[in-house]
Amino acid sequence: MLKELKPALALLALLTVITGGLYPLIVTGIAQGVFPHQANGSLIERDGKVVGSELIGQPFTDPKYFWGRPSATGPMPYNAAASSGSNLGPLNPALADAVKSRIAALKAADPDNTAPIPVDLVTTSASGLDPHISPAAAEYQAGRVARSRGLDAAAVRALVTRHTEDRQLGVLGEPRVNVLALNLALDAGGR
Amino acid sequence: MSGNGYFQLALYLVTLLGLAWPLGLYMARVYRDELPGFARWMRPLEHGLYRLCGVRADDDMPWTRYAFALLAFNLLGFAAVYALLRLQAGLPLNPEGLGNASVDLAFNAAVSFATNTNWQSYGGETTLSYLTQMLGMTVQNFLSAASGMAVLVALMRGFTRRESGGVGNFWVDMTRSVLYILLPLSLLLSLALVSQGVVQTFSPHVDAALVQPADAATGQTTSQTIAVGPVASQVAIKQLGTNGGGFFNVNSAHPLENPTPVSNLLEMLAILLIPAALCVTFGRFVGDLRQGTAILTAMTLVFTVLLAVCVGAEQSGNPLFERLGLSTQASDLQAGGNMEGKETRFGIVNSALWATATTAASNGSVNAMHDSFTPLGGLVPLGLMQLGEVIFGGVGSGLYGMIVFALVGVFIAGLMIGRTPEYLGKKIEAFEMKMAAIAILAPPLAALAGTALAVALEAGRAGLFNPGAHGFSEALYAFSSAGNNNGSAFAGLAANTPFYNGLLGLAMLMARYWVAIPVLAIAGSLAAKKIIPVSAGTLPTHTPLFVLLLIGTVIVVGALTFVPALALGPVVEHLQMIGVK
Repeated sequence: MLKELKPALALLALLTVITGGLYPLIVTGIAQGVFPHQANGSLIERDGKVVGSELIGQPFTDPKYFWGRPSATGPMPYNAAASSGSNLGPLNPALADAVKSRIAALKAADPDNTAPIPVDLVTTSASGLDPHISPAAAEYQAGRVARSRGLDAAAVRALVTRHTEDRQLGVLGEPRVNVLALNLALDAGGR
Repeated sequence: MSGNGYFQLALYLVTLLGLAWPLGLYMARVYRDELPGFARWMRPLEHGLYRLCGVRADDDMPWTRYAFALLAFNLLGFAAVYALLRLQAGLPLNPEGLGNASVDLAFNAAVSFATNTNWQSYGGETTLSYLTQMLGMTVQNFLSAASGMAVLVALMRGFTRRESGGVGNFWVDMTRSVLYILLPLSLLLSLALVSQGVVQTFSPHVDAALVQPADAATGQTTSQTIAVGPVASQVAIKQLGTNGGGFFNVNSAHPLENPTPVSNLLEMLAILLIPAALCVTFGRFVGDLRQGTAILTAMTLVFTVLLAVCVGAEQSGNPLFERLGLSTQASDLQAGGNMEGKETRFGIVNSALWATATTAASNGSVNAMHDSFTPLGGLVPLGLMQLGEVIFGGVGSGLYGMIVFALVGVFIAGLMIGRTPEYLGKKIEAFEMKMAAIAILAPPLAALAGTALAVALEAGRAGLFNPGAHGFSEALYAFSSAGNNNGSAFAGLAANTPFYNGLLGLAMLMARYWVAIPVLAIAGSLAAKKIIPVSAGTLPTHTPLFVLLLIGTVIVVGALTFVPALALGPVVEHLQMIGVK
């Protein structure tokens, strides 16, 4: 039976070269040649400096910005070097406490808003890096952002609409708003 | 759920079955050495490999030798991953300077990837160097998948050969699986994924200046470090090979591992594509496609019912959210439902669909955190693993597991009508039933004994994250996952401890080889038998009646084994949840 060890060792070595060496190298070569923007993380540059990725959310707590999904990464939220979900079970008292305090923070920043808060705005995402909120969660915050910036609410809503992505190909996934892109547009004067 | 939700689910199933059919026929040609023209240019590579390795392609192995080759190959694969993990700090392609893994973590991860479980006891981006991801994890993603496919091919030969001493050549079946099936599909899928935004680079992690910078009061920092790496090449094969170990800690919930609904659809199709297609391969192999479609129908029916339960439970959501006055109704403006632990772009429908697919197959990748699912939504993935990973199941391993259930089914039917049971012209006798019993009972034994130890011992209870019934579910989920080579988790469980790394590693070994080796024994025994011609007394195994018999066998065995444990976990939790006023 020892004679099986030679093919085992030799095939492992050769298939390691093929599947662990050549295959990722070929994919990297084509990816970097054809899709360099995507392959490097869909980075956003402003004044020659990387300010984030189109695909990775950032923490926003200032009322003049749209806020993203709560993030459960540690030690700080939206830590893109160590993705994590909350893993809180549905009956865990810690989940109820966390959601209540997020509701309180939203209400404190916008006391006159009586609309019900969309559920995605007070629950953590799976990755802790979700770049999106639902259009409903953006609409909930539009009034607050407009007031904090001294802008017309209709103008802010129009900007939200421009940054709302439909289901992909009209069918797949869910409609969503990229929070970082929207906030960058706000900072740039609403383009 | 909206009309769009139903449409997305239907689109998934139709596309899956539509792609599985031609792929299944192609794979049958690969394994029968009837390569179609477009793949023939790779033949010199295949035969060159055999020459270099001293393999003779026509060297027919008895099942014992086939099993030994499988074990030797997987053992060496284990050793390679273990060594990489223990030495990575001093090896190249480690731009973040990550340290070596501990003994117990390296053991667990190496077993996990060699057995096609791909349980992640570690956080990918914070633990594994690029070199370890490529030469360790990516390679085993290919080779463990190919090993499972090879065992299935040997079993299929058991049905087609008559009075033969051999079941084929392991090296040939394994190499063909890699070269003609897994590699081309992975290449296509990885490039499609990059086009959607999955990263593929050897650069170190990227630093970005935060748009809303430092806030001393909250201790927030001014920059964000974004982990990147050679991700797409690994994600493609981890989906196609029912491996499931992600590049990042949160697996395919990570926006750089699964950025868009299109990438999500492709990755979900990749989960079930090969397991579904192998049913067609089986039908073609035994010369009667109806035999394969019967099994595929049984799998699809169970899958569809459980999918509906999971989507329904997650969309109904957590009553807590309504009590707090949140808006949870699904509409074109939001997904609603239980959004804790889910990504906005996937919402409820695509998160529940993924959870069902990844546990129906023994894939185990996730795009949402199963630990935060509602009790019934979490019961579905848990139950699908506990059925033995035979509803599609792992590549190769799912179908050979399902064929074992088919043997038990015809045996039960044979007892009821008083005839010698036979399947596809082969008599099913005492030896086959003994081996089938081992293959069917080993995974539940690993799952339940492991869970019992975890909740009985302080070292096990210390790892539970959520209180109450849900904590028990975490342990049950972990051992059901390891004990069926799935690899998904209720990830709150603190599993990177010597206790869990060791015990879960043993469960994975038991689930893999106490099934694969009895299956090879069955293959050897069947290959040595005559083929009996069909007679009036033969139970047809392509009819709706047989589909129901097969489903019944799977459900009854699974339910009898796991209902008590499920009652203590998700069932209690569900009653508590709806009981709160």
